[in-house]
Amino acid sequence: MAYVYYPGCSLKGTGVSYEKSLLATFKRLNIPLQELDDWNCCGATSYMSISEEQALLLSARNLALASENNGDIIAPCSACYMILNRTANILRDDRTLRQKIVEKLKNVGLEHLDLSVRVRHPLDVLVNDVGLDTIRSAVVNKLTGLRVFPYYGCLIVRPGNGFDHPTYPTSLDRLLEALGCEVIDHPLKTRCCGGSLTGTLEEVGVRLVYILLKEAKKRGAHTLATLCALCQFNLDVYQEKAARKYNEAFDFPILFFTQLVAFALGANPRDIGLEHHFVPAEQVFEMVR
Amino acid sequence: MKQGNGTVPRIGVYVCHCGTNIAGNVDVKAVVDFASKLPGVVVAREYKYMCSDPGQSLIKNDIREKNLNRVIVASCSPHLHEHTFRHATLEGGQNPYLFHMVNIREQVSWVTEDKMSATEKAKALVEAAVYRVRYHEALETKEVPVNPDVLIIGGGIAGITAALTLANAGKKVYLVERDYSIGGHMAKFDKTFPTLDCASCILTPKMTAVKDHPNIHLFTYSEILEIDGYVGNFTARILKKPRYVIEDRCIGCYVCVEHCVYKTPKFPSEFDEGLGLRKPVFIPFPQAVPLIAAIDPETCIEFKSHRCKKTCQEACRDLVGRDAIDFTQREEVVEVQVGAIIVATGFKTFDARRIPEYGYGRYPNVYTSLEIERLVNSSGPTGGEIVMRDGRKPKRVGIIHCVGSRDRNFNPWCSRVCCMYSLKLAHLVRERTGAEVYNFYIDIRTPGKGYEEFYEKLMQEGVHFIRGKVAEVTDWTITPEETGKLVIRVEDSLVGVVRRIPVDMVILSVGLEPRDDAEEVRRQLNISCSSEGWFLERHPKLAPVSTFTDGIFIAGACQGPKDIPDTVAQAGAAAAEALALIDRGSVELEPNIAVIDEQKCSGCHVCIALCPYSAISFNEEKNVAVINEALCKGCGVCVGTCPSKAITQQLFTDEELLAEIEGVLLV
Repeated sequence: MAYVYYPGCSLKGTGVSYEKSLLATFKRLNIPLQELDDWNCCGATSYMSISEEQALLLSARNLALASENNGDIIAPCSACYMILNRTANILRDDRTLRQKIVEKLKNVGLEHLDLSVRVRHPLDVLVNDVGLDTIRSAVVNKLTGLRVFPYYGCLIVRPGNGFDHPTYPTSLDRLLEALGCEVIDHPLKTRCCGGSLTGTLEEVGVRLVYILLKEAKKRGAHTLATLCALCQFNLDVYQEKAARKYNEAFDFPILFFTQLVAFALGANPRDIGLEHHFVPAEQVFEMVR
Repeated sequence: MKQGNGTVPRIGVYVCHCGTNIAGNVDVKAVVDFASKLPGVVVAREYKYMCSDPGQSLIKNDIREKNLNRVIVASCSPHLHEHTFRHATLEGGQNPYLFHMVNIREQVSWVTEDKMSATEKAKALVEAAVYRVRYHEALETKEVPVNPDVLIIGGGIAGITAALTLANAGKKVYLVERDYSIGGHMAKFDKTFPTLDCASCILTPKMTAVKDHPNIHLFTYSEILEIDGYVGNFTARILKKPRYVIEDRCIGCYVCVEHCVYKTPKFPSEFDEGLGLRKPVFIPFPQAVPLIAAIDPETCIEFKSHRCKKTCQEACRDLVGRDAIDFTQREEVVEVQVGAIIVATGFKTFDARRIPEYGYGRYPNVYTSLEIERLVNSSGPTGGEIVMRDGRKPKRVGIIHCVGSRDRNFNPWCSRVCCMYSLKLAHLVRERTGAEVYNFYIDIRTPGKGYEEFYEKLMQEGVHFIRGKVAEVTDWTITPEETGKLVIRVEDSLVGVVRRIPVDMVILSVGLEPRDDAEEVRRQLNISCSSEGWFLERHPKLAPVSTFTDGIFIAGACQGPKDIPDTVAQAGAAAAEALALIDRGSVELEPNIAVIDEQKCSGCHVCIALCPYSAISFNEEKNVAVINEALCKGCGVCVGTCPSKAITQQLFTDEELLAEIEGVLLV
């Protein structure tokens, strides 16, 4: 199975350690991952509420580009994953809209829009394509004794494109178990991380961050594993603010799940982007070494 | 125009409005005008309700006055009124099989949106019938005697009620139960709503009566393998599974259980919903009928390693002198002949694990309602004391209604019993523990005698009611009051706020579902299921316990969720229907069977092997195949395969079918 990598803006920016560790993971597994050539913004957030058609066109351009390749799109950012999937779903169902979009894509030289192209999250690919048995046998640095709080965020298991249960997903739990982690069961797996509220209504955003951190602390976690650039950013960057506001000390490295996978599979810790974290993340790996 | 069977056809066509059911979407007048011009049609009429007495009289009078010799009614499905109009034709003085029915309701007006297309389709179907009926011939029905014995499948309260009614009327009943004991779900309950009388006190005497009744032959731990035959004459093959205890030797003395090599019970008791424990040799519950021990080969050491000391067997032989335990017992197949069958296979409860946000299976103090029934039962695993899995007594209890029911993600239907049993459990929990009890409901549905009054009483008792669909049960706690508790998060839709209610114990009021093997049972019996899997009644109002297969009746929750009063009423109705059939003494068989033209039969035997009902034998003397009219079901397999074209099927002859096709294509 070949895959096309769609980074979106976040994996080139705030989530650069997500990109580094994702690429390292696929390299360790010997699965080629080709970046989609000339990709553009997924059409995320605000554009959708201003002009739906324009937003869909923007998003569909990526699908059209990927139609030239044979293979599923891997979209690691939860927002890209959700929006590209939603675009494909809307255009599959709405013939009139699809015709309009197809026409406009032709104007910019994209002749072919294949809506059967699948948009996948790397978690889905690792658990369901690669398989946990393969991963278990490829583990070099077993993460024994590391207590991880798995956190899925609100986007990737929304009903519609689900590869896992919408309110109580288990894919990440099972993947982390395969790496040897001690996975903490908890009921906040898909609770909001604060999203863009940290930038707009900071008080609310910080409170949401605090709820997650407090619960992870209460349950004795060493670290939180995230799979979305924004979740990771909020929990990492606003940790200090949450600690100050609620007068509670936190020292949680917030990792991308791919950092744990890549490390367990034997990637060099220097290649998985640990230097980009606010809360120093190296300590996690020193603990299991 | 072809003359068909020789007589000149004089056809009457009657198009029914069915109120607005047909007339609302089909231009009935246009269909009548069209029909009146078709060849052979002497009279074409429309009428508001053809099935009514005046409607039927139209047919009878026309047969007499206009010398009709063919009758066509275009109305609803033949399932509903074919019999009605055949009878009217007979009363008018013609053979009933010279009648033909056209379905322009289920197959036209109800499924075609455009009135013009619907009218055209109705015309085409009427023309097909006009061409077909000219080949119809007078046919004779055959009467066969009805076997007076009855088979009842399922030994819950429905099966028990029907069995006793029939047995008391002097009929012989075979009652087949899959489990070790009869009693079904009701045997697990402590009290019944709304009267709060004890379930055991009203059920146990009936269970004993079943065992003692000379007219009832009870098969427990048995299943139906195969049903064959037809109304009045069914053959059932019953599989008796081995319980490794010889039934007529065991006296239910518990000595074997006491002497099992396991000194204490170790395995989850199925009857106690896993809350209590049993040994590998056990009696499911003290009131079981029959009160006979059984050995579970999955947990018994002897079946695993063949190295058990078999102290149970020794004790039974040496201490009781019964020698009832037989580790070599094999399954056994018994064949019985019956005239009628009552299906009372019941329901299963919704698997609460399917809604992970309610935490069942993750949080030990989340229970299903059926588990609580065992917990509050005085003969249950705790002797009726309500203690949680961690040994504590709950001080605050939340009951979540509609778990799996009225939910488009799971089952769209209302399970009908959950509101009332939730109220009952709320009352019992409050009475026994003094706990604060919160009911979380979407709507409270209490339509039944004394039900609303019971709800009113509960509110006065101080049970809390919060209207809202529960979002989740979580151990994510925030305040000190919540610490160590489960929190129920819900939108209180009467107040308009999201609330967090901390509780010690959560009860999930799981809904009712068809049994997993409903489809298999349906196929065995050749009856129908709704798309959800409930067995389908012949008519939802007027034939609620009959099925589309004559001689097979349904009772209880296998037909749809219902409470004990409704189940018992339905079981009585099913027994009455079976009695009516038996006491009639004989049934008429439809003449839509295959017949062999002895002149053309070459004696090749092909049809004999292919007949799925073994209805064809061979007459060596005449060198021809012979069809047993009583066994033939009219499936047409032999008709299609006979190389000499010697077999025809009455009511479905080649001429009739070809004329019908010709007619439908002509419009």
